[in-house]
Amino acid sequence: MPMRLTQGTFSFLPDLTDEQITAQVQYCLDQGWAVNIEFTDEPHPRNTYWEMWGHPMFDVADAAGVMLELAECRKVYGDRYIRLSAFDASPGWESMRLSFIVNRPAHEPGFRLERQEMAGRMMRYSTRSYAAEKPAGERYGDD
Amino acid sequence: MDTGAETVTGKDRYKAGVLEYRKMGYWVPDYEPKDTDMLALFRVTPQEGVDPIEAAAAVAGESSTATWTVVWTDRLTAAEKYRAKCYRVDPVPNAPGQYFAYIAYDLDLFEPGSIANLTASIIGNVFGFKPVRALRLEDMRIPVGYVKTFDGPPTGIVVERERLDKFGRPLLGATVKPKLGLSGRNYGRVVYEALKGGLDFTKDDENINSQPFMHWRDRFLYCMEAVNRAQAATGEIKGTYLNVTAATMEDMYERAEFAKELGSTIIMIDLVIGYTAIQSMSKWARKNDMILHLHRAGHSTYTRQKTHGVSFRVIAKWMRLAGVDHIHAGTIVGKLEGDPAATKGYYDICRERYNAQNLERGLFFDQDWVSTLPVMPVASGGIHAGQMHQLIHLLGEDVVLQFGGGTIGHPMGIAAGAEANRIALEAMILARNEGKDIMEEGPEILRAAARHSTPLKAALDVWKDVTFDYASTDTPDFVPTATPSF
Repeated sequence: MPMRLTQGTFSFLPDLTDEQITAQVQYCLDQGWAVNIEFTDEPHPRNTYWEMWGHPMFDVADAAGVMLELAECRKVYGDRYIRLSAFDASPGWESMRLSFIVNRPAHEPGFRLERQEMAGRMMRYSTRSYAAEKPAGERYGDD
Repeated sequence: MDTGAETVTGKDRYKAGVLEYRKMGYWVPDYEPKDTDMLALFRVTPQEGVDPIEAAAAVAGESSTATWTVVWTDRLTAAEKYRAKCYRVDPVPNAPGQYFAYIAYDLDLFEPGSIANLTASIIGNVFGFKPVRALRLEDMRIPVGYVKTFDGPPTGIVVERERLDKFGRPLLGATVKPKLGLSGRNYGRVVYEALKGGLDFTKDDENINSQPFMHWRDRFLYCMEAVNRAQAATGEIKGTYLNVTAATMEDMYERAEFAKELGSTIIMIDLVIGYTAIQSMSKWARKNDMILHLHRAGHSTYTRQKTHGVSFRVIAKWMRLAGVDHIHAGTIVGKLEGDPAATKGYYDICRERYNAQNLERGLFFDQDWVSTLPVMPVASGGIHAGQMHQLIHLLGEDVVLQFGGGTIGHPMGIAAGAEANRIALEAMILARNEGKDIMEEGPEILRAAARHSTPLKAALDVWKDVTFDYASTDTPDFVPTATPSF
């Protein structure tokens, strides 16, 4: 069974259509949140900082604007993971409100779990991305 | 009911012998509570023939400075300041013989940052006091100055989400079942299947500690193997609440340290370990970047009956101060007691920065939490995927939904059960964000999602008619009729 990365809010659903993505983006904008586009070729669960496609779009009010940027990002990084996240600057939150994957590589190689056995049955675990075994830039596409 | 102040003053106040509480300065109807006062609301049921004002004044007296007789040593102190003052007594609507007594306590009565001290005063002696037949602590207003003496939750909702990289939806969990008897190896199997299938968390039950069938170290080792395997299989952060509840603090620290060494993101404690132990574990969790889950084991012994005990809303306030990150706060639709309006009040206490008075939800006071982080409420017990629209509608987004039986009891297996819950959840959030009325269209949204998920279809078929429809015993007093459970 192929691996499917299930990070993000909607990964258990079939890949969202652009129409569905637009509706989610509009929901975020209507709440006053800023939508941000990020991409990566290293989907390790603790790789917090994906690369930013520009700044969060603080001043965009229409989902169409975000979708244009997403289309541009896909043109360049369509062979990688791309996610949209919505940032809420209101007091007491000041963090993400929604984050979901909108683009995946054709093949998701997944992760290997490494174990180091210690005394007293203690175990040290490391999770390694198969994708990240190649140097950055050679991981999914030909670029 | 004669409500006039009859406080005796001067030399007569301290004449040896017995004096009614209302005459000793514990009934002050014109007292205006200060912003810095601790306020408590008690439901008082006086014994036959006992005047309600005298009973309420006695509660104020016995929870602060009074003893049964006048003592001259009061005069060595600023006694008036230390006396709790009952300033208002109202008959409870539709409950003959019961009275709401509002009592104010000066802040100097309390040790900073100590739930043990706070509770030793407010509920220490007074609940066994003979002139009251029954007594219940309904609510408290904790002044900002006292709130700030507590560290509060070590992690809080936002940082928990950041650490887990999960936003925009309730978290999903399951308690491993059967709760007793599984070996460590078999137990870890349930954890692995549930997490791999799509849950964020699994959970030890309250009474899983270190029994002959499974010692704690064995459980922790197998569970963390399962967590790490599931993380690698999905690329998502996973967790399992390792219950460190034990006989002594030394044992609990040892277990918590082991959980940390194994790389667990979360540990768990039971309410029965006591307030001091909870505060100690909270400090440990803060120091070690650990999410702290609290199972409210035992609470129903004193929270459920309306006339006697302590309301859960008060326990929730104490636990937010004591500093836990998760607390079980009811499901409304599940198998355990929980009136909808009262339960929403508990959720407000956990999650809001400021609770405005809301009598219909049982919130009697405005409560400012200032910088205290919010607590993630946990809904657990008798809930299943078919109720997803109700759960999201009633409980909101910042909640852990725990489907124990609803995961492990799935006809196609544990991983399929987890997947069904996760798909139902994501489909419902997607639809809600699209502007759909999920209470209206919920069943149809679930059926549509089940068209691309056999596990969800099977879950909806098996549990379609399961509801727990019983009237609640603990309901707010300020609604036109008692709210039915649904």
